[in-house]
Amino acid sequence: MLSNITIGQYFPGNSLLHRLDPRTKIVVLFALIVALFLFDRPADYLVMSLLTLAFMLLSRVPLRTLLGSLKPLWWILLFTFLIHLCSTPGEEFAHLWVFSLTFEGLAHGFFICLRLVLLLLLSSLLTFTTSPLKLTDALEALLSPLKRIGVPAHELAMMMTIALRFVPTLIEETDKIMKAQQARGADFVTGSIVRRLKNVVPILVPLFISVFRRADDLAMAMEARCYHGGEGRTQMKQLHFLPLDYLAWGGTALLLAVLAALWLL
Amino acid sequence: MALIEIEHLSHVYHAGEEGEQTALDDLSLSIERGEFVAVLGSNGSGKSTLAKHLNALLLPTSGACRIDGIDTREEADVWRIRQKVGMVFQNPDNQLIAAVVEDDVAFGPENLGVPSAEIRRRVDEALKAVNMTEFRSYAPHLLSGGQKQRIAIAGTLAMQTEAIVFDEATAMLDPEGRAEILSIVQRLHEEQGITVVYITHFMEEAAAADRILVLDHGRLVMDAPPREVFRHARELRALGLEVPLAVELRDRLRAAGVALPEDLLTPAELVAALSGKGGAASGD
Ligand SMILES: Nc1ncnc2c1ncn2[C@@H]1O[C@H](COP(=O)(O)OP(=O)(O)O)[C@@H](O)[C@H]1O
Ligand SMILES: [Mg+2]
Repeated sequence: MLSNITIGQYFPGNSLLHRLDPRTKIVVLFALIVALFLFDRPADYLVMSLLTLAFMLLSRVPLRTLLGSLKPLWWILLFTFLIHLCSTPGEEFAHLWVFSLTFEGLAHGFFICLRLVLLLLLSSLLTFTTSPLKLTDALEALLSPLKRIGVPAHELAMMMTIALRFVPTLIEETDKIMKAQQARGADFVTGSIVRRLKNVVPILVPLFISVFRRADDLAMAMEARCYHGGEGRTQMKQLHFLPLDYLAWGGTALLLAVLAALWLL
Repeated sequence: MALIEIEHLSHVYHAGEEGEQTALDDLSLSIERGEFVAVLGSNGSGKSTLAKHLNALLLPTSGACRIDGIDTREEADVWRIRQKVGMVFQNPDNQLIAAVVEDDVAFGPENLGVPSAEIRRRVDEALKAVNMTEFRSYAPHLLSGGQKQRIAIAGTLAMQTEAIVFDEATAMLDPEGRAEILSIVQRLHEEQGITVVYITHFMEEAAAADRILVLDHGRLVMDAPPREVFRHARELRALGLEVPLAVELRDRLRAAGVALPEDLLTPAELVAALSGKGGAASGD
């Protein structure tokens, strides 16, 4: 019943985007997001949209799958659009109760929504083309210069690793407990909210007990295998930049430069 | 110098507090390099407590525990000790750390700061030694219990430990997984000379060892080869332990008047002895 939950949304493949170093992808994503917020003229939006479209094609991830990641945002998009439509001063084309709907609002709302959609598509492209493990390694690598100012880069990465390792195990366990309770007549799908919540307690209690027990065991096992934090630790799988990565860095820098130049003109 | 030397070791949980619990009581023993030692004892007899002393996860309340001559209380040497003695715990689910098999095997050497290429080599070798090479890129939750324990063994092999302590590592496995682990442990012991300390509830597994230690209420009550230990079936039962099936059968047949050697241990020996008898009986 819970088995359809997956962590992340990695879509295995071997496209150009898949082969980019995860660090490159994170940095480029970051740069593009900044660009999205800095440059907000229609021409800029056109460039960013075309770029996103190009990435989507390059990724070889089916369009349906990609657009599926927009689904949870649907209501937020609609809401954002309506707010801008109703609250932007300008030339009114209709009047609704106390709200005046303007052409400027229409345009503004459209572009803000476009910005959100592009943001989400670009971030999804990162998670669709990068396995969670690589993301973890990349995050640790990118954050490690910040260790000096107290950012716990290694610890964050270790937490992500352990979460990736244990989420499936815990899901299986929850499933087992739920089935055991259902076999005893518990009902999680019908009845009032209060009733259903009450039925969740007998799942959470054993689950929590088991999680603490696991954490205890795991800490012991990690200690037995000489874990003592990130200090002096090496890694079997090291990340390597390829020529493709330099190309991506260069391309992004060029794009930002051109957009900035156009802005200043 | 023996690999593991324990002298007058006592361990008291919550010493001096309410609920004080003496788990090990004046234990002295030593284990040589290359030995295969099984540890028996009923629940709460102190087996896990002993195991955790062997790689400094617990420290003696009094007495001493030395690994290859290093006292486990030397704080600075704790990583050297853990590199010499690896551990495989009971629950297969709670000791694998990484989300991919080969990354998990690499965890120990990564902590020790081994260079990447060398880790790669060790991981490949360790996975091969436990016949898990083809599962290298699996997620641990997709493996069976026995396979997970094999990965845990590979994880200690990759640290190049001299000894591996198994704390009821087969308790949660099905018979198939149990047999699998025991045969791998025996092979590692024979081929690579790994010292094995094998805590178990399964007497057939204990019978495969060179030597058996029996604990009772934190004391060492027997320390002898399996043949010798299982001669004392009655004492073992009094300690809440079983005996192997062949031994059980031996004793019942002896009680029924069948003449069998009192140190008979394995099913094969039983069969041999009885088929000899069969010839004699038909002569009656
Ligand atoms: N963390 C602990 N705190 C207090 N008492 C403990 C703890 N762990 C074990 N004990 C007690 O120490 C004794 C030996 O336990 P243990 O070494 O786990 O035995 P075994 O592994 O043989 O079942 C038991 O009486 C147990 O209750
Ligand atoms: Mg125990």
